Amino acid sequence: MLYIFCPHCGSRSQNEFAYGGDATVKRPELNKEISDQEWDNFVYLRKSPRGKHLELWHHISGCRQWIKVERDTSTHEIFKTYKADELTE
Amino acid sequence: MSQDFRLDNIGMVNRNKKISFTFNGKKYFGYEGDTIASALIANGVHLVGRSFKYHRPRGFFGVGVDEPYAILQLERNNERDPNIRATEQEIFEGLEVKSVNCWPSVNFDIGAINNFLKMFFPAGFYYKTFMWPPSFWYKIYEPFIRMAAGFGEASIKHDKERYEHKYEYCDLLITGSGPSGLASAYAAAKNGARVILAEDKPRYGGSLLTSDVNIGNQTGVEWSEKIITELKSMSNVIVKNRSQVFGYYDHNMLVMSERIGDHLPKTQKYLPKQRLWYIRAKEVLISSGSIERPLVFGNNDTPGVMLSSAAKEYMKVYGVLVGKKPLIFTNNDSGYETAIEFKKNGVNPLILDTRKEPSSDIISEAKNLGIEIKFSHVVVAAKGYKKVKSADIAKISDNKKDLLNIENIECDCICVSGFWTPSIHLASQSGNKSEFNEKIDAFIPKKSKQKENTIGSANGKFTLEETINEAFNKGYEVSNNITENNNKVSIPTVVEKKSTEHDKFWCVPLPKGKSYKRFLDFQNDVAVTDIELALREGFRSIEHVKRYTTLGMATDQGKTSNLNGLQLVSDIENKVVPQVGHTTFRPPYTPVSIGAIVGREVGKHSKPTRKSPMHDWHEKNNAVFVDAGVWLRPRYYKQGNETLFEASKREAKNVRKNVGVCDVTTLGKIDVKGPDAAEFLNRVYTNAWLKLPVGKARYGVMLREDGIVMDDGTTTRISENHYHMTTTTAQAANVLSHLEYYLQLVWPELNVNVVSTTEQWAGAAIAGPNSRALLMKLFPNTDVSNEALPFMGYKEADLFGIPAKIYRISFSGELAYEVNVESDYGNFMWEKIIEVGKEFQIQPYGTEALSTLRIEMGHVAGSELDGRTIPHDASLEGLVSKKKDFIGKRSLGRSAFIKPDREKIVGVVPLDKTTSIPEGSYIVKDPKAKLPNPKLGHVSASCWSVEYDNPFSLAIIKDGKNMIGQKLFAMSPLKNKTIPVEIVSSHYVDPEGKRVRA
Repeated sequence: MLYIFCPHCGSRSQNEFAYGGDATVKRPELNKEISDQEWDNFVYLRKSPRGKHLELWHHISGCRQWIKVERDTSTHEIFKTYKADELTE
Repeated sequence: MSQDFRLDNIGMVNRNKKISFTFNGKKYFGYEGDTIASALIANGVHLVGRSFKYHRPRGFFGVGVDEPYAILQLERNNERDPNIRATEQEIFEGLEVKSVNCWPSVNFDIGAINNFLKMFFPAGFYYKTFMWPPSFWYKIYEPFIRMAAGFGEASIKHDKERYEHKYEYCDLLITGSGPSGLASAYAAAKNGARVILAEDKPRYGGSLLTSDVNIGNQTGVEWSEKIITELKSMSNVIVKNRSQVFGYYDHNMLVMSERIGDHLPKTQKYLPKQRLWYIRAKEVLISSGSIERPLVFGNNDTPGVMLSSAAKEYMKVYGVLVGKKPLIFTNNDSGYETAIEFKKNGVNPLILDTRKEPSSDIISEAKNLGIEIKFSHVVVAAKGYKKVKSADIAKISDNKKDLLNIENIECDCICVSGFWTPSIHLASQSGNKSEFNEKIDAFIPKKSKQKENTIGSANGKFTLEETINEAFNKGYEVSNNITENNNKVSIPTVVEKKSTEHDKFWCVPLPKGKSYKRFLDFQNDVAVTDIELALREGFRSIEHVKRYTTLGMATDQGKTSNLNGLQLVSDIENKVVPQVGHTTFRPPYTPVSIGAIVGREVGKHSKPTRKSPMHDWHEKNNAVFVDAGVWLRPRYYKQGNETLFEASKREAKNVRKNVGVCDVTTLGKIDVKGPDAAEFLNRVYTNAWLKLPVGKARYGVMLREDGIVMDDGTTTRISENHYHMTTTTAQAANVLSHLEYYLQLVWPELNVNVVSTTEQWAGAAIAGPNSRALLMKLFPNTDVSNEALPFMGYKEADLFGIPAKIYRISFSGELAYEVNVESDYGNFMWEKIIEVGKEFQIQPYGTEALSTLRIEMGHVAGSELDGRTIPHDASLEGLVSKKKDFIGKRSLGRSAFIKPDREKIVGVVPLDKTTSIPEGSYIVKDPKAKLPNPKLGHVSASCWSVEYDNPFSLAIIKDGKNMIGQKLFAMSPLKNKTIPVEIVSSHYVDPEGKRVRA
């Protein structure tokens, strides 16, 4: 079980969180004309990197904030966590 | 009663307390503190089971977790417990155990014929034998394999025992209370660290219990007792025995199973049987010790062949002799310690040492005691079937290839020592890549991966002095890093006997013309020939060899077999062991009971049970409940001998005719507040929200980004910047997360807050033509006329002094209202509605009637919005705005979503107007078409229409709009039914929606 540092609550066990997928995906702006390909990329295509991955976790059984977690997908090492609105490096 | 193999003046069992137990129906006795193994050996019993594959007789090989095959089935309080290691399970009064893997009995086992058919059971025989013909799998092969598999039989009864989970945090977790564990725990605890010390066995001390050493002028046993007593008295230390740390997981989370009641006749009051500890440790010291390695020779699985360290522990801890004519077969000095112990207890052992001319303190001591030693000698094969009776021994040539002068000598046990294997399982599980140490011919942990360090013999340190020094220093160092304290305790002086180098020789060659089975893995019946065969057949990777031969698998995880297996592969391949590498060590280190893993999360406790504030009323009024997610909802209210069908029909009819009331507390409710709330809703829902006036509700549909409907419900504008959103019961939690996602990550510029208010409000739906009349009596001071409170209107009102909210919304399709009050007043509201509603013939209705009402109205619910449908499919396309953008809109243009024959919801009526259509049925054109019959769609929900008194179903079928009026078939292969049907509009009742607006 991972031990995730929530920037709002401190270090908490994984079972307080829900996984939220790739944090680098950016939703296209509303009302913007975009190609099918762009939309398809946003809805369906995700990289599945081995190594560093910036991902979203939702502290559902805690502060209910979405946070960004930089984690190594092969070792589970967590390098850094960010608040939702914090800029990532 | 005397026991033939019990020693009088040695051992730690309580001689004042005799305990009787039965093994295979026969009564035996032992003493408090005995294990099943020690008590049976004291009684001269060595045959306890049959092996997995060949059904060869099995005895005891080890003395604790190292035991590969003395696995029994236990009965306790009328419960069966399989997979019990006889060497770990302590006896208690009335204990009943029996052998497994044998039929009809352990003495006469039919399966033993496998032993004579062994040429048909080579490595990988499963893959070779059970291949053809494929039709044999289901009826012949699978039942056969299932019968042969496993160690014992699990109970199918509900386990009444209590198991618990516990979460704990500490600075330092130490796994094992041998010399290194005790020393490091003491040093760390004295330096202020919060320490957990876990010991798998009942007794603390590890190797100190059996070794002849001196620490700080005390014997090993005295020293360990002193340290444990002091540790137990310290408030910063938790000391646990009978506790196995079996898994090392991510981020320094370790899991330990504590056997609290397993050694007692009955679990103690207020205590669980077992407790599973989830321990998050800042640092871990692995002091799990080492396990003696077997030597490999012919028939080395015969009962009576066992590890020499086990034989010594049976003597020193349990006061039990494993034999009276012991043969010690060793390649190192450890065997001598066992021989000396035998000698001290009046038994004359014979030592066969594979080494030519070794010399050390211990060997000299053995010589001085007059113990007979044969150097350059080996055991060729054990003789005897159910117990060792003699052994063929031989002199071995200097190149260790040839056997000279084979002779048979009498003996009743063979104690083997092939040197020591550090238990690196936990370190390996943490991700530590181990390295091969040539000096000890074994793997030891390399660089720490997580926050772990391995100390003592688990780290390949086999002298006590080294171990104690390392452990004291490590304990101080690690605690100093955490606490920053500098309290260093002094390290005691250690006196021990010096030993010399071990011999790398481990496997005795076969004499000419003999084909003895030489076992590597005792639990899985893997012999030298099996590995040889696997390599001949081309398996190279050790991971493949493992799976093909089953070496090192199952509950044993290769504790005694791994290294010998690797050694053999490297010998055959002309490699060295590190080139071959080792297989992955996986948790759990020892078997963990399913009960402990599950903990308290069984039955009703496996998920929370949510009840509405009106639950007690429902119960008192004969409600039959149904699980709706985690909620319990009344399915129907039973009157007399009514069936579900009759009751739900009565309730639904009464709604259509008079008035009914339904508990809708379970609906998800979310408060949406803030100046940008309207804009946010406008983006979340498919329809327009900017112009909804205060005091009005609107039905909305929300999509996922892929265009699929996520949820539906009504949202009401309570005030300028305050909306009350409802969701379906099932999706309430997901919708909240969904909203939070968009507010926090996608559109943080929107000034909106959302919070769940599901539990703050109790809700009652009042539906039926009499509902307004009832409302007028419930709220005499509020104008609830059609003009003042129109369809989709909202009003705050006073319910006999309680503030209430009235929403004029309808799921039943009738004139209907939902009344909400604060949860604490829920029951008050409900009772008032029932009381006042009497004159209007009110009846409560459950989810079954609710379903009937919505189905015949063509209102969609979870069975239509099933994660595959877009608004069009559910005939909700009218709610999809063409003007504005919203979540998921861009996906609705996907080609599959706009094709002309896209699925759409329809109604289905059986032509005979009597046969109900099973939910899940296929709609097909031709029931006799060749399989697979092309299906048009499926039936999503079925009911008995109370309006027309015939069955009615909803279905989602291809080109549904143009299918109306067609005669098709509903096929249910599951129920073996084919029903001729007519496709009709999904709005079966009141298609114009006049009633809700009445």
